[in-house]
Amino acid sequence: MANLSYIRVMRALIIEDDAEAAEYLAKGLRESGHAAEVVGDGRDGLLHAATGRFDVLIVDRMLPGLDGLSLVHHLRATGQTTPVLFLSALGEVDDRVKGLRAGGDDYLVKPYAFSELLARVENLARRRTTTPVATKLAFADLELDLLSRKVTRAGRAIDLQPREFQLLEVLLRHPGQVMTRTMLLETVWDYHFDPQTNVIDVHISRLRQKIDRGFDVPLIQTVRGAGYCLRAPEASA
Amino acid sequence: MRLKRLLETSTFRLALIYLALFGVSALALLGFLYVATAGVLERQTAETIQAEITGLAEQYRAQGLVRLRQVIERRSAAHPQRASVYLLTDPAGRPMAGNLDRWPEADPGPDGWLTFTVEVQVEGDGVERRRARAATFGLTGGFRLLVGREVEDRLQIQSLIKQGIGWGLALTLLLGLAGGFLMSRGMLHRVDAINRLTRQIMAGELGQRIALSGTRDEFDQLAANLNAMLDQIERLLQGMRQVTDNVAHDLRTPLNRLRTRLEIALLADPEPAEWRALLEETLADAEKMIGTFNALLEIARAEAGSDRTAFGPVALAALTRDLAELYAPLAEDREIAFACACPPGIEVQANRHLLAQALANLLDNAIKYTPSGGAVRLSVENGAPGPAITVADTGPGVPANERERVLERFVRLDATRSTSGNGLGLSLVQAVARLHGARLVLDDNHPGLAVRLEFPAAAAAAPQPVAA
Repeated sequence: MANLSYIRVMRALIIEDDAEAAEYLAKGLRESGHAAEVVGDGRDGLLHAATGRFDVLIVDRMLPGLDGLSLVHHLRATGQTTPVLFLSALGEVDDRVKGLRAGGDDYLVKPYAFSELLARVENLARRRTTTPVATKLAFADLELDLLSRKVTRAGRAIDLQPREFQLLEVLLRHPGQVMTRTMLLETVWDYHFDPQTNVIDVHISRLRQKIDRGFDVPLIQTVRGAGYCLRAPEASA
Repeated sequence: MRLKRLLETSTFRLALIYLALFGVSALALLGFLYVATAGVLERQTAETIQAEITGLAEQYRAQGLVRLRQVIERRSAAHPQRASVYLLTDPAGRPMAGNLDRWPEADPGPDGWLTFTVEVQVEGDGVERRRARAATFGLTGGFRLLVGREVEDRLQIQSLIKQGIGWGLALTLLLGLAGGFLMSRGMLHRVDAINRLTRQIMAGELGQRIALSGTRDEFDQLAANLNAMLDQIERLLQGMRQVTDNVAHDLRTPLNRLRTRLEIALLADPEPAEWRALLEETLADAEKMIGTFNALLEIARAEAGSDRTAFGPVALAALTRDLAELYAPLAEDREIAFACACPPGIEVQANRHLLAQALANLLDNAIKYTPSGGAVRLSVENGAPGPAITVADTGPGVPANERERVLERFVRLDATRSTSGNGLGLSLVQAVARLHGARLVLDDNHPGLAVRLEFPAAAAAAPQPVAA
């Protein structure tokens, strides 16, 4: 099964007035194989974003000219649906809700780890290209049926707890993409905080035991310093 | 200068206003008294004289001059002491009858009355001059009639009353001024004491406190409140200092390590693979520092209470079930028995995210400090006054005398700070508890630690509409 979609180059627009931070961000995205443009002003940002040339927008909330919330609000009013990741120094639940309500798709509080940001923008850029109305998700020889809630690998039934099922579903919806621990905690448990211990790792290791044990090819990969990823080793891709 | 300040005090100004009001009312009262006494006497005299003169004039008209003369002679004879005075003169001005020798040389007042002195025989052989007032009446043919009364006594009473009123007013003003002066000085003295002390405190003598007079008056109450405020400020300052010291320590150590590592790497010129490992370690250090900062910010935010808008009814059964489900595998991996007990139907008004994070911190701690073979229990009771959530473990526990202290920022019982963690977990729980009006209680679990979040009764009230 060829999953070409996730190797595709992503074009990102960074709208951020801190030039140095924006340049680092752009450099990081380019190093990761993507294309990035930087705009330092809210109005210019809106003009650039409105062209629709980008796969994802990274928007700072505090911008000269036009603040981030209004920018996305105006952009959405023109019918432009490019996914938006808000960057903000404001981290209260309320701020996150405001950001998402204004038309943002994700919200990241400064200071953030670049790996976290990369995982999130790749996730957003890809979200556009997937069809969400599938009743079956599959990766390599792993299959998950959303209706009967059954999971099989190479035809063999695997018994999962409800939370394990949800975890696997999230991974299957983002094949080849890194899902960070906080992203998993957000999407599976709906909690927005950093757990001090490795609770997520334990859940992943249980899931991994169930779906990878007894098979030659492990599907759940650990991405060091970032998170987890459903990825088949090169040999079987 | 001192006098000027005294005159500028609000007490003195109040005293002046009071004095003015009091003076006006005293004046009104005395004025009424005067009119009611001296005024009435004067009117009475005038009325009698007027009645008498009118009566005499009628007799003259009816029975002629001779009869009038007889009546006046008779009445004059009845008043040899000249308490009443009478005089009838012919057209040439010569006296015809009465107890006056001649027509008094006085100009009539605006009311037509004459005021003059008469000589009165007093006991013994003395003669006394006394004032009298009289009305006059012109008869036909140039005859003139005068009827009056001796008013010396009345005039003296009148002047006495006037004097009394004057002195009274003067004394009132004097006493009022002196009183206002003294009162202002007393007030100024006590306010000055407070001012002096606050200046000293501002100058850095934070241990100073205002002395109480012991009378429990409003100044003592003010001073007591100011002292309490100063205590609170001093405590906060100490806390701040403690936090700053700890922040410095907790961030300086990893920063220093980070710098040393980079310096040594530059000296040693390592292989590319080593560079990589070095950068990864550096990154881990940086992440740890950012984690500390974020935790501090979260605590500050919870303490500022600005997340109140995100409050809503939270079902504790669902919340604890979710968290138990999140943490159970971790406990199991460490061979810790994990149990969760929550009766259904208990709700509190809470910020779900913060409450979940606080409980997650408690569970993190419990699992971190409980040795394998131990037990961790998450439970909810609907006690008095309100619901309570308990996280209990069988770890080493916290000695009773340290339980207050571990809630402070950066405080860790492990003095060397060698175990992982930033010493902020319980501080956040404490801040979240305060935000919810809940009480955070650390207790002995025999063995181990039991941490309880006790919500007030109101928090469990029926769900209210909350602005999202």
